Amino acid sequence: MTSAIEVQDLVVERGKRRVLHGLTCTIPRGSVTGLLGPSGSGKTTLMRAIVGVQIVASGSIKVLGAPAGSAPLRHKVGYLTQAPSVYADLTVRENVRYFASLYGYGAAAADQAIADVGLAKAAGQLVGTLSGGQHSRASLACAIVGEPELLVLDEPTVGQDPVLRDELWRQFHEMAANGTTILVSSHVMDEASRCERLLLIREGRLIADDTPEAVRASAETDDLDEAFLRLIRRQEVAA
Amino acid sequence: MNLRLLSVTTGRILRQLSHDRRTIALLVGVPLLLLTLLYFMFDDQEPLFDRIALVMLGVFPFITMFLVTSIAMLRERTSGTLERLLTTPLGKIDLLFGYGIAFGVAAAIQAAIASAVAYWLFGLDTRGSAGLVILIAVVNAVLGVALGLLCSAFAQTEFQAVQFLPVVAFPQIMLCGLFVARDQMVGWLEAISDVLPLSYAVEALQEVGANTDPTGTMWRDVAVVAGCVLVALILAAATLRRRTA
Repeated sequence: MTSAIEVQDLVVERGKRRVLHGLTCTIPRGSVTGLLGPSGSGKTTLMRAIVGVQIVASGSIKVLGAPAGSAPLRHKVGYLTQAPSVYADLTVRENVRYFASLYGYGAAAADQAIADVGLAKAAGQLVGTLSGGQHSRASLACAIVGEPELLVLDEPTVGQDPVLRDELWRQFHEMAANGTTILVSSHVMDEASRCERLLLIREGRLIADDTPEAVRASAETDDLDEAFLRLIRRQEVAA
Repeated sequence: MNLRLLSVTTGRILRQLSHDRRTIALLVGVPLLLLTLLYFMFDDQEPLFDRIALVMLGVFPFITMFLVTSIAMLRERTSGTLERLLTTPLGKIDLLFGYGIAFGVAAAIQAAIASAVAYWLFGLDTRGSAGLVILIAVVNAVLGVALGLLCSAFAQTEFQAVQFLPVVAFPQIMLCGLFVARDQMVGWLEAISDVLPLSYAVEALQEVGANTDPTGTMWRDVAVVAGCVLVALILAAATLRRRTA
């Protein structure tokens, strides 16, 4: 399988603090890869670097064969920021149609994306009047519209009701089966088991890059939370 | 520049504005209120009313569009929509021109209504045509938009953004020749006034007030203001960075 993202020795500094310390990883095409780690571990910074909005100190990132953030990628990459970034003074439909049109898609694609995130009934509502969960789903709809080749989703399921969360994960896998590469971050370990591959990150360093099964096997536990803990301890002992 | 992306972005900005009824009411209503005040202030001094109302018609869109734009752009920056837009095929110029056109349209409506009231209700008298007054008002509004886009880059909060109004607009209004004729100012003040775009906008309006046909000076002044718009937009584009720390 070819890789969708190749990160090589990535170093990112924010202010005087080093956020990512020479991170290297690859993400295969057509997969759902989970980026997991505690808050402040560098997940968002890595995602911003992959979509090309983060200033990087050194290292290289190739996305779908091109340097991250280069012009041809802007048609192929969908990005969901952690805080919902949609226009509060537009309706859900107006927001999604606008982002759809930026990618060259029409009203039908926008309506499909709205239905996919379960907002069909609220399509005519102003985003500013939505609940927190609906608000972030409106933002998600703007990212998935037009089925980009790579979807970078920063904590898409936070605050969503469990039934809906399950539905969203089912859709991520459906999109991946159709060839979309999905990188999704979470700080909730129970979502890790839903991914085909896991990147575990802590304090800007990669702790594991493997399938959930392999992570469990190498840590010798079935509980991914516990596995994460063991891998951290093991690394601390080694250091 | 991509015309399709420019037009959908312009449409999006106008749609945002159209949802905000109160802002529309203020955009249209406040100039009318001020014109009314002015009319009764100079009840029996018609030439003075003509002189000030004419300049106000042109300057008001500059002030409102400067404020509206700097807040709108600041919101794009702080809400994360700007970061998101910069990961899409949308170009920086498409976004900035989108703002210029959308708020230029809003300003045209504002100026047309204010001019209609000034001419028909309050009997404003100019030698030149009302159409030229509206044209200059729209160019001034777009100047306000361009400076607002540029200034928003230097503000991190709404509090800071609104403070740029006194910094950018007030000196221009004080030195534009409305209060003291520019050639009667001390040399160094006149020199400052010579490099401020609003001085040219006001001179253009005064040319319309004093001459039946558009004069060469008026067209030169309009061109100067338009040139300032272009420079401000290019500088604003330079402040939009795809990559940030």
